[in-house]
Amino acid sequence: MITLSVNGQPRQLKVPDEMPLLWVLRDELDLKGTKFGCGVAQCGACTVHIDGEPVRACITPVGGIGDGKVVTIEGIAGNRQGRAIQEAWLELDVIQCGYCQAGQIMTATALLTQNPTPDDAAIDVAMEGNLCRCATYKRIRAAIKSASGQPVDDTRNRGTEA
Amino acid sequence: METTRRLFLKSGVLAGGGLLLGFGLSACTEKDDPGPVTAVTDYVAISSDGIVTLIAKNPEIGQGVMTSLPMLIAEELDVLWANVRIETAASDDKRFGAQFAGGSMATALEYMPMRQVGAAARWLLIEAAARRMKATHDAFTTKAGKVRHKDGTTFDYGELAAEAALLAPPDPTKLTLKDPKNFLLIGKTQKGYDNPKIVRGEPIFGIDVSLPGMLYAVYLKSPVYGARLISCDLSAAKAANGVKDVFVLKGTDMHGLKDGIAIVATSWWYAQAARALLSPVWDEAVGKLHDSEIYSQTAKTLLLGEGEVKEKRGNADAALRSATHTFDAEYNVPFLAHVPMEPQNCTAVVKAEGVEIWAPTQQPNDGKALIAKTLSIDPAIVTVHMRRCGGGFGRRLENDYMAEAAAIAQKAGAPVKLVWAREDDVAHDFFRPGGYYRVRAGVDASGKLAAYISHSVNFTREGKIVQGDEVAGNAFALTVAPHTRIEFSKIETTIPTGYLRAPVSNALAFVHETFCDEIAHGAGQDPIAFRLAHLNAHIDDYNGDRFGGYNPSRMRAVLKTVEERSGWRSRASGKGEGMGVATYFSHHGYFAEVAKVRVTDDGKWRVLKVWAVGDVGNQIVNPSAAKNQVEGAVMDGIGSMSAEITFSKGRAVQTNFQDIPMMRMPQAPEVDVQFVLSEFPPTGLGEPALPPVIPAVANAIFAACGVRLRQLPLTEQDLRAAIDTART
Repeated sequence: MITLSVNGQPRQLKVPDEMPLLWVLRDELDLKGTKFGCGVAQCGACTVHIDGEPVRACITPVGGIGDGKVVTIEGIAGNRQGRAIQEAWLELDVIQCGYCQAGQIMTATALLTQNPTPDDAAIDVAMEGNLCRCATYKRIRAAIKSASGQPVDDTRNRGTEA
Repeated sequence: METTRRLFLKSGVLAGGGLLLGFGLSACTEKDDPGPVTAVTDYVAISSDGIVTLIAKNPEIGQGVMTSLPMLIAEELDVLWANVRIETAASDDKRFGAQFAGGSMATALEYMPMRQVGAAARWLLIEAAARRMKATHDAFTTKAGKVRHKDGTTFDYGELAAEAALLAPPDPTKLTLKDPKNFLLIGKTQKGYDNPKIVRGEPIFGIDVSLPGMLYAVYLKSPVYGARLISCDLSAAKAANGVKDVFVLKGTDMHGLKDGIAIVATSWWYAQAARALLSPVWDEAVGKLHDSEIYSQTAKTLLLGEGEVKEKRGNADAALRSATHTFDAEYNVPFLAHVPMEPQNCTAVVKAEGVEIWAPTQQPNDGKALIAKTLSIDPAIVTVHMRRCGGGFGRRLENDYMAEAAAIAQKAGAPVKLVWAREDDVAHDFFRPGGYYRVRAGVDASGKLAAYISHSVNFTREGKIVQGDEVAGNAFALTVAPHTRIEFSKIETTIPTGYLRAPVSNALAFVHETFCDEIAHGAGQDPIAFRLAHLNAHIDDYNGDRFGGYNPSRMRAVLKTVEERSGWRSRASGKGEGMGVATYFSHHGYFAEVAKVRVTDDGKWRVLKVWAVGDVGNQIVNPSAAKNQVEGAVMDGIGSMSAEITFSKGRAVQTNFQDIPMMRMPQAPEVDVQFVLSEFPPTGLGEPALPPVIPAVANAIFAACGVRLRQLPLTEQDLRAAIDTART
C-alpha cells in the first residue's frame, strides 16, 4: 500500500511502485486534468508539481515520490501564483484546443514561484518543454507576463476592423 | 455548385417546460429535385429564469466553433451572452445536417443558417407575446432576452417560452435578420466557452471519459501498413498484472479495424506494460519496397520524363521557348504526421440493443457508419457522443480508433476505453503525402509570366492519387500565366495518407510560391511588385463559386496591405536577416504573408516575425478566436518546415516527439494579424493562413543568406552545407 499526498489529501493506493504517477492520477484517482501526451517526457502535457517543482508525471514512478506533496491542475487554484496564471489564461483567451494547457499552467506557475517577474528569455527556458500543437505560445507568453504584473501588449481585438 | 438551404421547423415542449425548437435542415442543389431530407432537433432552450441553452452542432477541435456558432444564434435571438449556456449536439446528421470539422467550412456553411435559427426562435417568442396581447408582430421589439410591446408591457423570454413552443414555426428564410451595424455579439470577442473548465482541469476531452466498470485497452498492430498477423503467443501477457484479457482481432478495413492484438486491463498502464510481453509474427512482405529512398530515386527518374497531362492552357512549350528568362527547378516535400496533442482514443459500450461511443472525432457521423460496418450492425443503433478534441489537424477525420474500440468492447463484454500510445499515433497516422515537383517557367520581354509548366510525382493507391493529395492546387502562377501545363506521374504506395491542416495547399504553396520568388528575382523584379503586376482584376475566370473563387482583386488587396504593414519597401537587408513574401488562396481565404528571418553561418534559422493579412469575407465572427487561429496556423506552418516522416520497408521510422521537431516557445515568432474586410460572405480560418507562411519563410531565407530552399524539411545541417557551398 502506497500513501500519496495529492492536492493536500492523503490517498491510499494499491498499485505497483513502478506505475507512473500520470496513470495513478488518471486511472486510479480519477483526476483527469493531468494529460497523457507522449509517455516519454517530450511534450509536458502531464506536468504536475511535486513539492512545488514541475515534473513529468508520465515518467515518474509513484513508488519514488515518498512524502513529496503532489499538486495537480485540479489543486493549482490553491496556489496564489496558480490562481493568477489561471485568471490570466482566461483574461487573454489563450486556449485553442486546450489539451496541453493544464501542463502549461503547471509549468508557468512553478516559473512564477521561482521567478516572480520572468523576462522573455526566462519564459523561453521554462516553457520549452511544454508543447502546444495549436501554437498558442504568443498568448501563453503574454499571460505569464500579465500574471506577473508585467505590461502586456494585448492585440487580441486589433486588426479585425475594416 | 450553388447550394440553397430550406429550413423547416417543428416545435415541442421540453420536460422542463422550456422552449424546444426543432430544425430539420435540408440542403438541395438547384438542379436536383428539391426533395427535402429533413429531420428534427433542438437548438434553443430557454428556462423560466431566462437561461438560454444553445446547441453547438459541430465538433470542437480548438477552432472555436463551440463558441462562434452559438454566438450567431444568440445575436439574432437577442439574448445576453452571460445568460447563454452551450451544449454540444448529439451526432445526428438527419437532425443537424452535416456535422464535421474540416475544410474550414463551419463559418462558410453556418453563418446564415445559425442566424436564421436564432431569428426563428425570436419570432416564436414575439408571436407568443402577440397572442397574449392580441396584437401584431410589428408592435413588439426585443432586447436582451425580453419582448417589449410599444405600450411598455414587457415579457421575459422565459415566461413566453412554453407558449412559443406550441406555435407553428415561421419559414426562417423569410425572416428579416439584423443589419450588421446593429450586431451586439458578432464581431465582438467572446472568450472560448470551455476555457474555465480547461484551466481547472475538468474532464471534458475524449480521453477523460470514465464509465462504471470500464476497462482499458491498447491495440497492437504491425507498424507495416497492410501486414497480416501470422501468430502470437498471448499467454505471458494474459498472466500479467492487471490484465483481464488478450485477444486477436482480424482486420477488415484500412480506414477502420486492422489486424491486431487487444490487451484489456484494469488500468491503461497495465495494458501498455503487458504489451512488451507480446512478440507477434507478422507477414510484412507487403512493405518491402516502400521506402523513402526508393520513392525518392523513382521520382527523380520520373521527373526526367513527361507526365500525364492533367490540365493545359495555350501552348506552354512554345511560350517557354520564346521567353526572355526561363526557370527550371525541382522541389520536394516530405510526408508529415498530424500528432494532435490528445492521442487517439475512444470509449465504447457494445450491447445487443445498441452501441454507445464517446470519441474525439472530426466526423462523428462517419464514425457511426464505420462502427456499423465493423460490427455488422444497423447504424441506427449506434450513438456517438462528440467529445472536445485535443486538436484534430485532419487526423480525426478518420475514425479507425472508433472501429477498434467498438470491436474490442464487443469481445471484452464490458465498457472499454482504448487509448493509443503516442508511438501508435505516429506509426498509424494517415500522413500528409510527400511529393516531388519539377516546375518550369518563362518570363517575356515585358517582364510578364508567359509560360508555366508543373510536373508533379504524386503517390497513388491502386492507381488513384492518394487521399490528401492533388496534382494542381490554387497556385498563383498557374492561375495567371497565359500558357500553362500541369502534368503528373505516379508512385504506388501502401502508406496510409490523409488530410493535414490545409491539405494539398500546405505542400503546393511551398513549391509554387517559392518558385514564384525565384522567377521574380531572376527577372530582376521585386517579388511583391511582380505578383501585383499579375494580379489583374480583369482575370475573372476563377470567380466562380458563391464564396468568390479565386478573385485576383482580393489577393491584390491583402498583398498591398501586407506590403504596407511589414514595411516591405524600406526593409533593411542586414547581414543574416531577410524578409520574404508569399500569397495563397485556400479554403475560400486569401492570405498574403511576409516573414522576417535570421540565419547564422552555422545553419541555424529563426523566424523573428510574420505579418499575416487575410480576407475571409465581410465579417469576422469572433475576433480573438479568429486571430488565435491565424497565429496558430502561421506557427504550425513554420513548425512543419523542420519535420518529416520517412519510411523503411513499409513502416514509419520516426516514433514520438523526440523525432518530430515541432515549434516550441523559444522558436515562436511575433505574429502581426490584420484582416481586410471585403464584400464577400464570411468564410473560415482554421486553415488558409497556413500555406503561405512556408514559402514566405523560404523566400526570407533566400533574402537572408542567398540559399534557395527547394526541399523540406529544412535542417540546420543542410542549410549550413548550402551556405558553405554558396560561398565557395
